[in-house]
Amino acid sequence: MNEAERLVELIPRLRRYARALVGDRASADDLVQDTLERAWAKLHLYRRGTDLRAWLFTVMHNVHVNKVRATRVTATLEDELPELAQRASQGDALLVRDLDRAIARLPTEQRSVLLLVTLEEMSYEEVAHALGIPIGTVMSRLSRAREKLRMMMLGQGAAAKLKVVK
Amino acid sequence: MSTEPTVTEADLQAYADGRLGVERRAEVESWLAARPEDAERVAAYRRLGDALRAAYDPVLAEPVPQYLESTAARRPRARRIAAVAGWITLGALLGALAGWEARDWRRPAGQPLAEGAVMARRAAIAHATYSPEVRHPVEVGADQEEHLVAWLSKRVGARVRAPKLDEVGMALVGGRLLPGESGPVALFMYQTAAGRRLTLYIRAEAKGNRETAFRYARENNVSVFYWIERDCGYAISSADLSKEELLHIATLVYRQLEP
Repeated sequence: MNEAERLVELIPRLRRYARALVGDRASADDLVQDTLERAWAKLHLYRRGTDLRAWLFTVMHNVHVNKVRATRVTATLEDELPELAQRASQGDALLVRDLDRAIARLPTEQRSVLLLVTLEEMSYEEVAHALGIPIGTVMSRLSRAREKLRMMMLGQGAAAKLKVVK
Repeated sequence: MSTEPTVTEADLQAYADGRLGVERRAEVESWLAARPEDAERVAAYRRLGDALRAAYDPVLAEPVPQYLESTAARRPRARRIAAVAGWITLGALLGALAGWEARDWRRPAGQPLAEGAVMARRAAIAHATYSPEVRHPVEVGADQEEHLVAWLSKRVGARVRAPKLDEVGMALVGGRLLPGESGPVALFMYQTAAGRRLTLYIRAEAKGNRETAFRYARENNVSVFYWIERDCGYAISSADLSKEELLHIATLVYRQLEP
Protein backbone atom coordinates (compact mmCIF):
# COMPACT_ATOMS: atom_id res chain seq x y z
CA MET A 1 0.00 0.00 0.00
CA ASN A 2 1.47 3.35 -0.93
CA GLU A 3 1.32 6.55 1.11
CA ALA A 4 -1.67 7.95 -0.76
CA GLU A 5 -3.74 4.86 -0.01
CA ARG A 6 -2.73 4.84 3.61
CA LEU A 7 -3.55 8.52 3.97
CA VAL A 8 -6.99 7.92 2.53
CA GLU A 9 -7.46 5.03 4.92
CA LEU A 10 -6.58 7.20 7.91
CA ILE A 11 -9.01 10.03 7.09
CA PRO A 12 -11.87 8.75 9.29
CA ARG A 13 -9.58 8.62 12.31
CA LEU A 14 -8.23 12.09 11.63
CA ARG A 15 -11.79 13.35 11.35
CA ARG A 16 -12.84 11.74 14.62
CA TYR A 17 -9.93 13.26 16.49
CA ALA A 18 -10.39 16.65 14.81
CA ARG A 19 -14.10 16.69 15.65
CA ALA A 20 -13.39 16.13 19.31
CA LEU A 21 -10.53 18.60 19.23
CA VAL A 22 -12.26 21.57 17.63
CA GLY A 23 -15.96 20.82 18.10
CA ASP A 24 -17.81 21.68 14.92
CA ARG A 25 -17.77 19.70 11.75
CA ALA A 26 -16.73 22.39 9.28
CA SER A 27 -13.69 23.52 11.27
CA ALA A 28 -12.77 19.91 11.99
CA ASP A 29 -12.79 18.97 8.31
CA ASP A 30 -10.90 22.15 7.57
CA LEU A 31 -8.25 20.99 10.01
CA VAL A 32 -8.12 17.56 8.39
CA GLN A 33 -7.75 19.14 4.97
CA ASP A 34 -4.89 21.37 6.14
CA THR A 35 -3.27 18.38 7.82
CA LEU A 36 -3.39 16.32 4.64
CA GLU A 37 -1.92 19.15 2.62
CA ARG A 38 0.82 19.69 5.15
CA ALA A 39 1.49 15.96 5.26
CA TRP A 40 2.12 15.91 1.51
CA ALA A 41 4.34 18.94 1.73
CA LYS A 42 6.36 17.40 4.55
CA LEU A 43 6.31 13.79 3.46
CA HIS A 44 10.06 13.81 2.91
CA LEU A 45 10.41 14.22 6.69
CA TYR A 46 8.44 11.07 7.37
CA ARG A 47 10.65 8.04 7.79
CA ARG A 48 9.34 5.04 5.91
CA GLY A 49 8.66 2.04 8.04
CA THR A 50 7.76 4.13 11.08
CA ASP A 51 4.19 4.66 12.17
CA LEU A 52 2.50 6.87 9.57
CA ARG A 53 -0.53 7.29 11.81
CA ALA A 54 1.50 8.68 14.71
CA TRP A 55 3.35 10.98 12.33
CA LEU A 56 0.06 12.28 10.88
CA PHE A 57 -1.24 13.07 14.33
CA THR A 58 1.95 14.99 15.00
CA VAL A 59 1.34 16.97 11.82
CA MET A 60 -2.26 17.60 12.82
CA HIS A 61 -1.23 18.71 16.26
CA ASN A 62 1.20 21.26 14.82
CA VAL A 63 -1.31 22.54 12.29
CA HIS A 64 -3.89 22.91 15.04
CA VAL A 65 -1.57 24.72 17.42
CA ASN A 66 -0.62 27.17 14.68
CA LYS A 67 -4.26 27.75 13.80
CA VAL A 68 -5.24 28.39 17.39
CA ARG A 69 -2.43 30.85 17.68
CA ALA A 70 -3.47 32.57 14.47
CA THR A 71 -7.18 32.97 15.19
CA ARG A 72 -8.14 33.20 18.87
CA VAL A 73 -11.06 35.35 17.80
CA THR A 74 -13.71 32.91 16.66
CA ALA A 75 -15.15 32.16 20.08
CA THR A 76 -18.18 34.41 19.65
CA LEU A 77 -21.68 34.45 20.95
CA GLU A 78 -22.88 31.16 19.54
CA ASP A 79 -24.75 30.46 22.74
CA GLU A 80 -26.77 33.62 22.41
CA LEU A 81 -28.44 32.66 19.18
CA PRO A 82 -32.08 31.99 20.05
CA GLU A 83 -33.29 28.39 20.05
CA LEU A 84 -31.86 26.92 16.91
CA ALA A 85 -33.97 24.75 14.72
CA GLN A 86 -31.68 21.73 14.53
CA ARG A 87 -30.95 21.62 18.24
CA ALA A 88 -33.05 18.59 19.03
CA SER A 89 -33.16 18.09 22.77
CA GLN A 90 -32.76 14.33 22.76
CA GLY A 91 -30.90 12.83 25.64
CA ASP A 92 -27.96 11.54 23.65
CA ALA A 93 -27.47 14.66 21.60
CA LEU A 94 -27.55 16.65 24.80
CA LEU A 95 -24.88 14.52 26.37
CA VAL A 96 -22.64 14.86 23.33
CA ARG A 97 -23.07 18.60 23.41
CA ASP A 98 -22.29 18.82 27.12
CA LEU A 99 -19.23 16.72 26.52
CA ASP A 100 -18.28 18.93 23.57
CA ARG A 101 -18.49 21.99 25.73
CA ALA A 102 -16.65 20.43 28.62
CA ILE A 103 -13.82 19.29 26.34
CA ALA A 104 -13.66 22.70 24.73
CA ARG A 105 -12.95 24.18 28.15
CA LEU A 106 -9.84 22.09 28.62
CA PRO A 107 -6.53 23.67 27.67
CA THR A 108 -5.51 22.48 24.20
CA GLU A 109 -2.48 20.58 25.40
CA GLN A 110 -4.53 18.57 27.90
CA ARG A 111 -7.27 17.96 25.38
CA SER A 112 -4.83 16.52 22.83
CA VAL A 113 -3.36 14.09 25.34
CA LEU A 114 -6.73 12.90 26.57
CA LEU A 115 -8.10 12.40 23.06
CA LEU A 116 -5.05 10.60 21.71
CA VAL A 117 -5.14 8.21 24.67
CA THR A 118 -8.89 7.70 24.76
CA LEU A 119 -10.00 7.87 21.13
CA GLU A 120 -6.85 6.86 19.28
CA GLU A 121 -5.82 4.46 22.05
CA MET A 122 -2.20 5.45 21.59
CA SER A 123 0.26 4.21 24.17
CA TYR A 124 1.63 6.86 26.51
CA GLU A 125 4.99 6.57 24.74
CA GLU A 126 3.35 7.16 21.37
CA VAL A 127 1.56 10.22 22.69
CA ALA A 128 4.80 11.59 24.14
CA HIS A 129 6.47 11.05 20.80
CA ALA A 130 3.62 12.49 18.73
CA LEU A 131 3.38 15.66 20.81
CA GLY A 132 7.09 15.98 21.44
CA ILE A 133 6.79 16.01 25.23
CA PRO A 134 8.25 13.81 28.02
CA ILE A 135 6.14 10.90 29.17
CA GLY A 136 5.87 12.39 32.65
CA THR A 137 4.15 15.39 31.08
CA VAL A 138 1.78 13.08 29.22
CA MET A 139 0.76 11.47 32.49
CA SER A 140 0.27 14.74 34.38
CA ARG A 141 -1.73 16.30 31.53
CA LEU A 142 -3.86 13.19 31.27
CA SER A 143 -4.52 13.24 34.96
CA ARG A 144 -5.39 16.94 35.01
CA ALA A 145 -7.65 16.69 31.96
CA ARG A 146 -9.63 13.83 33.46
CA GLU A 147 -9.99 15.43 36.83
CA LYS A 148 -11.22 18.68 35.28
CA LEU A 149 -13.76 16.89 33.12
CA ARG A 150 -14.93 14.86 36.09
CA MET A 151 -15.46 18.02 38.09
CA MET A 152 -17.35 19.69 35.25
CA MET A 153 -19.58 16.67 34.82
CA LEU A 154 -20.16 16.45 38.58
CA GLY A 155 -21.10 20.12 38.55
CA GLN A 156 -23.64 19.52 35.81
CA GLY A 157 -25.05 16.52 37.60
CA ALA A 158 -25.48 18.58 40.74
CA ALA A 159 -27.15 21.38 38.81
CA ALA A 160 -29.52 18.92 37.15
CA LYS A 161 -30.45 17.41 40.50
CA LEU A 162 -31.15 20.83 41.95
CA LYS A 163 -33.51 21.58 39.11
CA VAL A 164 -35.34 18.32 39.60
CA VAL A 165 -35.79 18.99 43.32
CA LYS A 166 -37.25 22.39 42.58
CA MET B 1 -0.39 -3.43 56.17
CA SER B 2 3.35 -3.06 56.13
CA THR B 3 4.04 -4.35 52.64
CA GLU B 4 1.39 -2.39 50.79
CA PRO B 5 2.71 -1.37 47.38
CA THR B 6 3.02 2.29 46.46
CA VAL B 7 0.50 3.33 43.85
CA THR B 8 1.11 6.54 41.95
CA GLU B 9 -1.29 8.79 40.09
CA ALA B 10 0.23 7.50 36.85
CA ASP B 11 -0.68 3.97 37.92
CA LEU B 12 -4.27 5.04 38.47
CA GLN B 13 -4.42 6.60 34.99
CA ALA B 14 -2.97 3.46 33.45
CA TYR B 15 -5.43 1.40 35.45
CA ALA B 16 -8.32 3.50 34.16
CA ASP B 17 -7.02 2.89 30.64
CA GLY B 18 -6.71 -0.85 31.26
CA ARG B 19 -3.02 -0.76 30.50
CA LEU B 20 -1.47 -2.44 33.51
CA GLY B 21 -0.06 -5.95 33.57
CA VAL B 22 -1.96 -8.60 35.49
CA GLU B 23 0.19 -8.35 38.59
CA ARG B 24 0.26 -4.60 38.85
CA ARG B 25 -3.44 -4.45 38.18
CA ALA B 26 -4.13 -6.72 41.14
CA GLU B 27 -2.01 -4.51 43.36
CA VAL B 28 -3.81 -1.38 42.28
CA GLU B 29 -7.15 -3.09 42.79
CA SER B 30 -6.34 -4.03 46.34
CA TRP B 31 -5.04 -0.52 46.98
CA LEU B 32 -8.29 0.94 45.64
CA ALA B 33 -10.38 -1.48 47.66
CA ALA B 34 -9.23 0.34 50.77
CA ARG B 35 -9.90 3.79 49.27
CA PRO B 36 -13.47 4.15 48.06
CA GLU B 37 -13.06 7.79 47.04
CA ASP B 38 -10.17 7.03 44.73
CA ALA B 39 -12.01 3.99 43.47
CA GLU B 40 -15.00 6.15 42.55
CA ARG B 41 -12.74 8.71 40.90
CA VAL B 42 -11.07 6.07 38.73
CA ALA B 43 -14.45 4.57 37.86
CA ALA B 44 -15.56 8.04 36.75
CA TYR B 45 -12.49 8.27 34.48
CA ARG B 46 -13.52 5.01 32.88
CA ARG B 47 -17.05 6.21 32.32
CA LEU B 48 -15.64 9.39 30.82
CA GLY B 49 -13.62 7.33 28.36
CA ASP B 50 -16.72 5.36 27.38
CA ALA B 51 -18.68 8.58 26.93
CA LEU B 52 -15.96 10.06 24.72
CA ARG B 53 -15.85 7.02 22.51
CA ALA B 54 -19.62 6.86 22.32
CA ALA B 55 -19.72 10.52 21.33
CA TYR B 56 -17.03 10.54 18.67
CA ASP B 57 -16.71 7.03 17.30
CA PRO B 58 -19.74 7.58 15.06
CA VAL B 59 -17.56 10.02 13.07
CA LEU B 60 -15.61 6.98 11.84
CA ALA B 61 -18.69 5.75 10.03
CA GLU B 62 -19.54 9.06 8.37
CA PRO B 63 -18.97 9.23 4.63
CA VAL B 64 -15.69 10.99 3.88
CA PRO B 65 -16.11 14.22 1.89
CA GLN B 66 -14.76 13.86 -1.62
CA TYR B 67 -12.38 16.79 -1.36
CA LEU B 68 -10.64 15.25 1.63
CA GLU B 69 -10.14 12.00 -0.20
CA SER B 70 -8.79 13.85 -3.23
CA THR B 71 -6.32 15.74 -1.09
CA ALA B 72 -5.18 12.59 0.68
CA ALA B 73 -4.77 10.69 -2.57
CA ARG B 74 -3.40 13.72 -4.40
CA ARG B 75 -5.88 13.13 -7.14
CA PRO B 76 -6.47 15.93 -9.59
CA ARG B 77 -9.57 17.74 -8.57
CA ALA B 78 -11.58 16.55 -11.52
CA ARG B 79 -14.57 15.77 -9.40
CA ARG B 80 -14.61 19.11 -7.72
CA ILE B 81 -14.49 20.75 -11.09
CA ALA B 82 -17.31 18.53 -12.24
CA ALA B 83 -19.29 19.50 -9.17
CA VAL B 84 -18.77 23.18 -9.84
CA ALA B 85 -19.70 22.68 -13.48
CA GLY B 86 -22.86 20.98 -12.26
CA TRP B 87 -23.74 23.97 -10.15
CA ILE B 88 -23.09 26.32 -13.01
CA THR B 89 -25.36 24.32 -15.29
CA LEU B 90 -28.02 24.26 -12.61
CA GLY B 91 -27.52 27.97 -12.11
CA ALA B 92 -27.95 28.61 -15.79
CA LEU B 93 -31.10 26.50 -15.88
CA LEU B 94 -32.58 28.21 -12.86
CA GLY B 95 -31.53 31.56 -14.27
CA ALA B 96 -33.30 30.79 -17.52
CA LEU B 97 -36.35 29.68 -15.60
CA ALA B 98 -36.22 32.83 -13.51
CA GLY B 99 -35.96 34.92 -16.65
CA TRP B 100 -38.95 33.19 -18.10
CA GLU B 101 -40.96 33.75 -14.96
CA ALA B 102 -39.85 37.33 -14.84
CA ARG B 103 -41.22 37.86 -18.34
CA ASP B 104 -44.42 36.33 -17.22
CA TRP B 105 -44.63 38.63 -14.24
CA ARG B 106 -43.90 41.70 -16.25
CA ARG B 107 -47.27 41.66 -17.90
CA PRO B 108 -49.57 42.40 -14.95
CA ALA B 109 -48.70 45.04 -12.37
CA GLY B 110 -45.09 46.04 -12.59
CA GLN B 111 -41.51 45.02 -12.39
CA PRO B 112 -40.46 45.20 -8.74
CA LEU B 113 -41.87 41.89 -7.56
CA ALA B 114 -40.53 39.96 -10.52
CA GLU B 115 -37.22 41.72 -10.27
CA GLY B 116 -37.06 40.85 -6.61
CA ALA B 117 -37.98 37.24 -7.28
CA VAL B 118 -35.18 36.93 -9.82
CA MET B 119 -32.80 38.40 -7.31
CA ALA B 120 -33.96 36.00 -4.58
CA ARG B 121 -33.34 33.05 -6.84
CA ARG B 122 -29.91 34.25 -7.83
CA ALA B 123 -29.07 34.89 -4.21
CA ALA B 124 -30.17 31.36 -3.28
CA ILE B 125 -28.01 29.89 -6.03
CA ALA B 126 -25.03 31.93 -4.87
CA HIS B 127 -25.64 30.73 -1.33
CA ALA B 128 -25.90 27.09 -2.37
CA THR B 129 -22.73 27.42 -4.43
CA TYR B 130 -20.43 29.14 -1.97
CA SER B 131 -21.61 28.40 1.53
CA PRO B 132 -20.56 24.70 1.51
CA GLU B 133 -17.06 25.76 0.45
CA VAL B 134 -14.57 24.90 3.16
CA ARG B 135 -11.38 26.17 1.61
CA HIS B 136 -12.43 29.16 -0.42
CA PRO B 137 -15.79 30.46 0.74
CA VAL B 138 -14.80 34.06 -0.08
CA GLU B 139 -12.41 35.95 -2.33
CA VAL B 140 -11.42 38.54 0.25
CA GLY B 141 -11.44 37.69 3.93
CA ALA B 142 -12.86 39.70 6.81
CA ASP B 143 -9.31 40.59 7.85
CA GLN B 144 -9.31 43.01 4.92
CA GLU B 145 -12.83 44.28 5.48
CA GLU B 146 -12.12 47.87 4.59
CA HIS B 147 -10.56 46.93 1.30
CA LEU B 148 -13.35 44.43 0.62
CA VAL B 149 -16.11 47.00 1.16
CA ALA B 150 -14.36 49.66 -0.92
CA TRP B 151 -13.70 47.23 -3.75
CA LEU B 152 -17.25 45.86 -3.84
CA SER B 153 -18.78 49.35 -3.64
CA LYS B 154 -16.70 50.43 -6.59
CA ARG B 155 -17.56 47.41 -8.71
CA VAL B 156 -21.24 47.25 -7.82
CA GLY B 157 -21.61 50.96 -8.38
CA ALA B 158 -23.39 51.72 -5.11
CA ARG B 159 -22.33 52.21 -1.54
CA VAL B 160 -22.17 48.72 -0.14
CA ARG B 161 -21.67 47.97 3.55
CA ALA B 162 -21.11 44.84 5.58
CA PRO B 163 -23.46 44.97 8.58
CA LYS B 164 -22.28 43.85 12.01
CA LEU B 165 -24.07 40.74 13.19
CA ASP B 166 -22.11 40.01 16.36
CA GLU B 167 -25.24 40.31 18.49
CA VAL B 168 -26.61 37.16 16.87
CA GLY B 169 -23.24 35.43 17.05
CA MET B 170 -22.42 35.82 13.37
CA ALA B 171 -19.02 37.01 12.26
CA LEU B 172 -18.08 38.24 8.80
CA VAL B 173 -16.12 35.63 6.85
CA GLY B 174 -15.52 37.90 3.89
CA GLY B 175 -17.00 38.57 0.50
CA ARG B 176 -16.82 38.14 -3.23
CA LEU B 177 -17.94 39.69 -6.47
CA LEU B 178 -20.53 37.89 -8.61
CA PRO B 179 -21.99 38.48 -12.04
CA GLY B 180 -25.60 39.66 -11.84
CA GLU B 181 -28.18 40.04 -14.60
CA SER B 182 -27.48 43.75 -14.97
CA GLY B 183 -24.03 44.20 -13.47
CA PRO B 184 -21.69 43.01 -10.74
CA VAL B 185 -23.17 41.93 -7.42
CA ALA B 186 -21.62 41.83 -3.94
CA LEU B 187 -21.88 38.77 -1.73
CA PHE B 188 -20.93 38.84 1.95
CA MET B 189 -20.69 35.68 3.98
CA TYR B 190 -21.17 35.36 7.74
CA GLN B 191 -20.91 32.42 10.05
CA THR B 192 -21.41 31.40 13.66
CA ALA B 193 -18.67 29.82 15.74
CA ALA B 194 -20.27 26.48 14.92
CA GLY B 195 -20.06 27.11 11.19
CA ARG B 196 -23.69 28.00 10.38
CA ARG B 197 -23.58 30.33 7.45
CA LEU B 198 -25.61 33.03 5.80
CA THR B 199 -24.92 35.18 2.78
CA LEU B 200 -25.99 38.73 2.01
CA TYR B 201 -26.42 39.50 -1.68
CA ILE B 202 -26.39 43.18 -2.68
CA ARG B 203 -26.95 44.63 -6.12
CA ALA B 204 -27.43 48.12 -7.43
CA GLU B 205 -31.00 48.85 -8.50
CA ALA B 206 -32.05 50.70 -11.60
CA LYS B 207 -33.61 54.07 -10.81
CA GLY B 208 -37.11 53.04 -11.74
CA ASN B 209 -37.38 50.07 -9.38
CA ARG B 210 -39.57 50.93 -6.49
CA GLU B 211 -38.89 49.95 -2.93
CA THR B 212 -40.47 46.82 -1.58
CA ALA B 213 -41.28 45.36 1.79
CA PHE B 214 -39.58 42.20 3.02
CA ARG B 215 -40.44 39.20 0.95
CA TYR B 216 -39.71 35.59 1.61
CA ALA B 217 -38.73 32.88 -0.85
CA ARG B 218 -37.50 29.35 -0.52
CA GLU B 219 -35.32 27.52 -3.05
CA ASN B 220 -34.76 23.88 -2.16
CA ASN B 221 -33.48 24.17 1.40
CA VAL B 222 -32.33 27.77 1.16
CA SER B 223 -34.47 30.44 2.82
CA VAL B 224 -34.25 33.95 1.40
CA PHE B 225 -35.54 37.30 2.63
CA TYR B 226 -35.23 40.07 0.10
CA TRP B 227 -36.17 43.68 -0.31
CA ILE B 228 -35.34 46.75 -2.36
CA GLU B 229 -34.42 49.95 -0.61
CA ARG B 230 -33.37 53.14 -2.35
CA ASP B 231 -30.64 52.28 -4.82
CA CYS B 232 -29.92 48.71 -3.75
CA GLY B 233 -31.57 45.32 -3.74
CA TYR B 234 -30.77 43.00 -0.83
CA ALA B 235 -31.25 39.30 -0.36
CA ILE B 236 -30.20 37.40 2.72
CA SER B 237 -30.02 33.62 2.40
CA SER B 238 -29.27 30.65 4.57
CA ALA B 239 -29.72 26.92 4.54
CA ASP B 240 -28.62 26.64 8.17
CA LEU B 241 -31.04 29.02 9.89
CA SER B 242 -34.79 28.84 10.34
CA LYS B 243 -37.13 31.32 8.70
CA GLU B 244 -37.67 33.09 12.03
CA GLU B 245 -33.96 33.42 12.75
CA LEU B 246 -33.32 34.68 9.26
CA LEU B 247 -36.14 37.24 9.50
CA HIS B 248 -34.70 38.47 12.76
CA ILE B 249 -31.29 38.90 11.13
CA ALA B 250 -32.82 40.49 8.02
CA THR B 251 -34.46 43.10 10.25
CA LEU B 252 -31.14 43.76 11.91
CA VAL B 253 -29.44 44.16 8.56
CA TYR B 254 -32.20 46.40 7.28
CA ARG B 255 -31.90 48.70 10.30
CA GLN B 256 -28.13 48.92 10.00
CA LEU B 257 -28.13 49.64 6.30
CA GLU B 258 -30.70 52.40 6.65
CA PRO B 259 -28.82 55.56 5.74
